[in-house]
Amino acid sequence: MINRRDFLKNAVKGIAGLALPLAAIEIVSPRKLFAAKGETGKESKIRWAFLVDTYKCVGCGLCVKACKLENEVPYDANVTRTWVERYVLTKDGRVFADTPKGARDGFTTSKIDLGEGKFQDIKKDDIQKAFFVPKLCNQCENPPCVQVCPVGATYQAPDGVVLVDRKWCIGCGYCIMACPYGVRFFHPVYKVAEKCNFCYHRITKGLKTACVQACPFGARMIGNIKDPNDPVSRIIRNERVSVLKDEYGTRPQVYYIGISREVI
Amino acid sequence: MVHGEAWTVKELFVTPNEYIYWSVQIVMYPFMTGLVAGAFVLSSLYHVFGIKQLKEIARFALVFSLALLPVAMMPLQLHLQQPQRGIEVFLTPHFTSAIAAFGIVFSTYGAIVASEIWFVYRKYIVETALALRNKADKSTGEKIYHLIFSLLTLGSYDISEKALHQDEKAVKILAGIGIPVACFLHGYAGFIFGSVKANALWMTPLMPVIFIMSAVVSGIALCMLTYIVVMEIRKFLAARKKTTYETYESTEEIKGIEINVIKMTAKYLLFFLIFAISLELLDLIFRGYTAVKTWDILRSVIYGKDFLDIFVFQYGIGNLLPFILFLLPGLTIRRTVVGVLLVLFGVFMMRWNVVIGGQSFSLTFAGFMHYHLPIIPHDIETFKEGLFGALLVIITPFVLFWGLNKIFPVFIKEVH
Repeated sequence: MINRRDFLKNAVKGIAGLALPLAAIEIVSPRKLFAAKGETGKESKIRWAFLVDTYKCVGCGLCVKACKLENEVPYDANVTRTWVERYVLTKDGRVFADTPKGARDGFTTSKIDLGEGKFQDIKKDDIQKAFFVPKLCNQCENPPCVQVCPVGATYQAPDGVVLVDRKWCIGCGYCIMACPYGVRFFHPVYKVAEKCNFCYHRITKGLKTACVQACPFGARMIGNIKDPNDPVSRIIRNERVSVLKDEYGTRPQVYYIGISREVI
Repeated sequence: MVHGEAWTVKELFVTPNEYIYWSVQIVMYPFMTGLVAGAFVLSSLYHVFGIKQLKEIARFALVFSLALLPVAMMPLQLHLQQPQRGIEVFLTPHFTSAIAAFGIVFSTYGAIVASEIWFVYRKYIVETALALRNKADKSTGEKIYHLIFSLLTLGSYDISEKALHQDEKAVKILAGIGIPVACFLHGYAGFIFGSVKANALWMTPLMPVIFIMSAVVSGIALCMLTYIVVMEIRKFLAARKKTTYETYESTEEIKGIEINVIKMTAKYLLFFLIFAISLELLDLIFRGYTAVKTWDILRSVIYGKDFLDIFVFQYGIGNLLPFILFLLPGLTIRRTVVGVLLVLFGVFMMRWNVVIGGQSFSLTFAGFMHYHLPIIPHDIETFKEGLFGALLVIITPFVLFWGLNKIFPVFIKEVH
């Protein structure tokens, strides 16, 4: 029978013996690892930001179409990385909004999609104002989706873009729940969390995102907010811009020109 | 098809990617962990606080909570899109996530329950192992039993008065540590929901506390129900004198014990039920009174779309009705069965209304989503996240309990 003194002695020895090899294992943060693998290894000189000028958007949906094709989100699946919303405000103060199929095919009818196959016709004379609002991932400075991922499969790159590791995601859906902007979904083919990543494969090679390139009216722009000479950065600093749902403390990095208070 | 599309119907302005992603299995998850935590707390009431009247049900609850434990993980596995990677939550936890704590809390809790059971049953294990060892010409079944029990002794055959006294002390300490851990296990399930700032219905610091209280309620209710069922079987067997256990008393004796235990446990059930309802009502009143931006949509969900689920099923049938049934004088076994079934239903509806209700309105605050539980499965997804998947989760603990009962019989005399 082992006595208490021996037990404690051996336990301490055992723990000390284990601690030595265990000390060699370092808990790595994905962010650090990413930075170390990158060229600089230090603070990035780039912080990607997006600018949407809603005055210029006509709701053609070419951006949505381009995004789906570029990023291999099945064309007919009812999910999308980016979408366009239509807001119609009537003279008697009612607000209507819709985004049929994420506006992939544009807004082909003036009738508002009420879901469940129902539509609402609004007479032209009753309309006070109407406008379109493109939506995409806000690449938040303080992303709640990254915070809640139980395995760290989604992470923020040093340049601010939030990415998903398809080989690591367990598909719990917690990030989808945590996103206040509804930009996340499960990829119908890969069965993992999917989101807009500002076409990371393009922007890191000096190209524009697919949606920016597809927009015929220049309503969408992308730039480096850390570069004072960047046109997007200049507009964000000099003009009056706003962001969506800043009350959540996520510090979104998609800036809007000309959105009304009805937009959520 | 997109995940969630099969059971979600959208109404008015809902953004393209919004579906009811967390379906019936995520309702089952807090329901099952709640039962685990509740069963453990019930057993600890005797072991730690020495409430003698609960002695009979304490051991029962403890074994039952071990049977429920693996089942708490089942709905999560069934719900994952990549179930083969589920183990990564244990292996590579990302600690800013509330779910990452699952591995640690769950294993700690499992270890506590397992070791507590070991100490409670040690004398029985040793005696059985020795009896089987000394028995000549063992049958195959007995050989297997002998192996299992010899392994379970962990090499410790000391059942002297002193050793048993130490066992008792260990049980008390483990049960003591177990209470906060059980509360944590379930409180953090509440935290998973309560900390989602994007969800107007979920986000409240009260959520973990509400979850713990209703967990204890449901755990006690399930233990009472199973206890009654087992006692009825014993009564039936005693009447037919077909006893397999040596400890069978007469039918009258069993009846006497049964009603006493039930009456006592019912008091604790009521006590926790009052706490749970008060907290839930406080949350509701507070939301209505402060009426922040999200209240408009919440009000239309709570008082409109989900009125039946919340006020009729959950509060009415699930809370108020059993409350009256238990308070009326002259509690009978039959009335208790109805009462605990209603309580279980009420707690299930509470989980349902939190999980499904929280996803029934859009992030735009201008649209709704309706959940249609898949009944007849037409693919693996509608099976896993449908009625049959949920039933599978409900049945499993009883099968496990039956199996565990073969090794740790819940009705033997002379254990602590």
